Amino acid sequence: MSFPLLTATAALPAVGAIATAAVPAARRVAAKYTALAFSLGTLVLAIIAMVRFDPGGARYQLTESHTWVKNFGLHYDLGVDGIAVVMVALTALLIPFVMLAGWHDADPLEGPDPNRRWRPTQGFFALILLVEAMVVLSFEATDVFLFYIFFEAMLIPMYFLIGGFGDRAHPGGEEEAARQRSYAAVKFLLYNLVGGLIMLAAIIGLYAATARQLGTGTFSLQQILDARASGQFKLGTDTERWLFLGFFFAFAVKAPLWPLHTWLPNAMGEATSPVAVLITAVVDKVGTFAMLRFCLQLFPEASKWATPVILVLALISIIYGALLAVGQRDIKRLIAYASVSHFGFIILGIFAMTSQGESGATLYMVNHGISTAALMLVAGFLITRRGSRIIADFGGVQKVAPVLAGTFMIGGLATLSLPGLAPFVSEFLVLVGTFSRYPVLGIIATLGIVLAALYVLVLYQRTMTGPVKAGIEGMADLKVREVVVVAPLIALLLFLGVYPKPVADIVNPSVKHTLSDVHKTDPKPALEAKK
Amino acid sequence: MSAALHTGPAVHSMWTSAASTTDRFPTPHIEYAQLSPVLIVFGVAMVGVLAEAFVPRRSRYTAQVVLAIVGLAAAFAAVVALAEKGYGTTKAHIAAMGAVAVDGPALFLQGTILLVALVAVFTFAERRLDPMAHGQHVDSFAAQGSAVPGGDQEKAAVRAGFTTTEVFPLLLFAVGGMLIFPAANDLLTLFVALEVFSLPLYILCALARRNRLMSQEAAVKYFLLGAFSSAFLLFGIALLYGYAGSVSYSGISSVIDGTAKITPALADTTGNDALLLIGIAMVTVGLLFKVGAVPFHMWTPDVYQGAPTPVTGFMAAATKVAAFGALLRLLYVVLPGMRWDWRPVMWGVAIATMIAGAVIAVTQTDVKRLLAYSSVAHAGFILAGVIATDKDGVSSVLFYLAAYSFVTLGAFAVVTLVRDAGGEATHLSRWAGLGRRSPLVAAVFAVFLLAFAGIPLTSGFAGKFAVFKAAAQGGAMPLVIVGVISSAIAAFFYIRVIVLMFFSEPKADGPSVAVPSPLTSTAIAVGVAVTLVLGLAPQYFLDLADKAGVFVR
Repeated sequence: MSFPLLTATAALPAVGAIATAAVPAARRVAAKYTALAFSLGTLVLAIIAMVRFDPGGARYQLTESHTWVKNFGLHYDLGVDGIAVVMVALTALLIPFVMLAGWHDADPLEGPDPNRRWRPTQGFFALILLVEAMVVLSFEATDVFLFYIFFEAMLIPMYFLIGGFGDRAHPGGEEEAARQRSYAAVKFLLYNLVGGLIMLAAIIGLYAATARQLGTGTFSLQQILDARASGQFKLGTDTERWLFLGFFFAFAVKAPLWPLHTWLPNAMGEATSPVAVLITAVVDKVGTFAMLRFCLQLFPEASKWATPVILVLALISIIYGALLAVGQRDIKRLIAYASVSHFGFIILGIFAMTSQGESGATLYMVNHGISTAALMLVAGFLITRRGSRIIADFGGVQKVAPVLAGTFMIGGLATLSLPGLAPFVSEFLVLVGTFSRYPVLGIIATLGIVLAALYVLVLYQRTMTGPVKAGIEGMADLKVREVVVVAPLIALLLFLGVYPKPVADIVNPSVKHTLSDVHKTDPKPALEAKK
Repeated sequence: MSAALHTGPAVHSMWTSAASTTDRFPTPHIEYAQLSPVLIVFGVAMVGVLAEAFVPRRSRYTAQVVLAIVGLAAAFAAVVALAEKGYGTTKAHIAAMGAVAVDGPALFLQGTILLVALVAVFTFAERRLDPMAHGQHVDSFAAQGSAVPGGDQEKAAVRAGFTTTEVFPLLLFAVGGMLIFPAANDLLTLFVALEVFSLPLYILCALARRNRLMSQEAAVKYFLLGAFSSAFLLFGIALLYGYAGSVSYSGISSVIDGTAKITPALADTTGNDALLLIGIAMVTVGLLFKVGAVPFHMWTPDVYQGAPTPVTGFMAAATKVAAFGALLRLLYVVLPGMRWDWRPVMWGVAIATMIAGAVIAVTQTDVKRLLAYSSVAHAGFILAGVIATDKDGVSSVLFYLAAYSFVTLGAFAVVTLVRDAGGEATHLSRWAGLGRRSPLVAAVFAVFLLAFAGIPLTSGFAGKFAVFKAAAQGGAMPLVIVGVISSAIAAFFYIRVIVLMFFSEPKADGPSVAVPSPLTSTAIAVGVAVTLVLGLAPQYFLDLADKAGVFVR
């Protein structure tokens, strides 16, 4: 038996979570380094997996298969295609930055009141590692039920991260902050839990269908697809549509798609910036990823049936998210609405069902992860310095802290998809892919880019330029730790913007597989000017 | 009570033989070995009564605790031995002149009840939580049950250091009744078992040390409503006897199937469908009352709140196991031929139970009442499995009951720990910030709440998935959908408690968490362990429940 690389990639952070939690309370610095070491180890494993993955090889590679609970048809089946291996790598890449950026977020506050000092550092870092383990497993799972288990279970550590370690710079004061924070955490949990429970009903329905047609119920993606290919297993049209809706609802809440997005601004606004990055750049990607892997593969006919509605919803997300971002007074909520807009692009790309759209959507997931992380983390540094996250409290920062302003600018430009930075490539592909099949939708989606320029540039102008506002005068520039966080992300944005081939090469074969699942070929006048 | 028990089987066999066509008066043939779990529990309970009379007061507590633990453990060993010998599968049969079934479901449920009772004994025996009274450690029970609350007699009893050690024999009698209840194979045994386990519970409910008036009120309510439901059950039994001319399960079932010989004396009424339908309805009402299904759930919140918390935990877990066992046997053995009549009704009951339990729980402000309504919602989930009417339905219900009962025991054990000057602090507002004061206790309670909510990787999820899967395969997909919706509602209030514990500022005069003795710690640890094991590696137990899923007819 070969070394179970995929299990190890998930097990290492899980073990790290336990190890971090076990560090004695007084040694909080040791706990931070323990957690960082484990996250770096996971990154190494994820890179090994990416290197060992052969884009021209079998569809699912590095597979592992064991029966977990026979009576439930639950298998511990892991395997990665090009899309999954890239998503695992993205997750493993971002976690160390999240930790470094949040290095002091869970330090105890000064003051005599013991309740104010209650911020268990160990818990914060252990929870991040736990989320990483569960996200990695849900990217790797090729058993529908196995995926569901981690998809749901990751809500609990996320919930504690949002509710337990909120932003210290709250406009409404400490008591209001606590109230808002617990509201945001509960809203996050309830939205996602309801989505998950509806998916559970669909999962049970899928089990009943496989049990009826195949004799024994199964959740193994491979078994179901094989049985369908050989004609043993066929879902009725109505059943397929209902099951598709059950799955899609859960993913649309997670992604999030308009009108199920309302939890995201609350959660990202109230959480600390690193946790907000964890939500939008890592956890939410599971939603869009699952649309690709489960919705399209398991329910190809229903996916085509639902496409028009989903495309319209995605379009609304793009425009609505961007419009609300323009109107925000709060930096973090602005970035949250920008994310809603970007998730609209990703979903548009997925359901345009063209190879450019699909490749673009996958690349978009990666690039959005990196660019939002860069923007949000720098915004976090900014907010911590000023003690406020209201845009109007800032002004003239670039005179006082030029490096901070510069990195913020680059993060912002990546967010508005400036050519030369990574998100441009993916956004362009999504738009081209959409345009080739749905020209009108493609044109409307382009409006999202215009609006993105508006909200990013206005944000920059209001916070960074102009006369130095009160409270900004003595603002320190980025510290070494913060530069270490931001610099590699910016480097990656530039690199993937100029040379996206390495990632695209891994992703493209898997995109072809997925498209063939839904029996879609690119429309005739497709722009085949691809590398 | 013990006298009634001794004569119970004897009277019963006389009675059935009189109704039979034979003239002879047969000697009852009792398979003592197969009934050994029940006999051991009753025997030890009897010894406990004697101990209460003859053992000096000083050593009574120790003697009773040891007796109860040894007795329950021995009975559990007997159950395991019977299962090992194949009585759960191949050698399953009906013992004691047709009165008691020894089969898979019976043994599985008896094993569960005995383990639950064993853990419950630990919480009953806890004496470190309440502050010392007059230099003595005291438990959760009144110094003297008969003393008027707040009166001189009570003060004298407390001063003298009286303790109610008879709770242990009472517990054992209740357990004995619960062991027979799911195994009962004729309606009279069912009724006797019901009374045998209910009466000790009524008394136990009234014995709280703190808030005695509330405890006594709870006991009276429980008694009155319980008596009412017993009357329903008994009346239903009479009607069914009129219908079938027999009280044995197989006898009634064969009349329903139309394969039975008809007794001449009852030829006028035999086969009268009105008797059958009304009879079924009344018997089912009696059982649904014990299960706590809507609309027969009214007693649960008051009784759960008023009873001493260890008793609540025991009652919530074990009664549910026993009553669902009896309900399953009734529906699967007696009434499979009537499936088309009872299924729609049970659908309605299940839906009402799930939704009402979850919705009403949202408004609760007392942690014990909250858990009471949550137990109502869970009864609804279990009913969804009951309705599946196939082997998967039985085994999923068995698994759910085992999973649920340990979560419940653990949760109530945690409730006993959170205290202020007035005893247990059960009002939810008092729990604010508990996670900061005592992270471990709050984390443990959070595990139980997540299991109740059915979050993956806990036993609650495995159980819920099992029953919903069985229901879906039995063609009850609408029930599954109602189930997940009410799960979502239920999740809201479980999460609310977690929010309160972890994200709210602690109150300045908030309750403290008492440091328990190893007894309660063990009970809670067992609860957590079972919750996680059944959540992470349920295969062995699912297999066990699967093997045990066949009723003997």
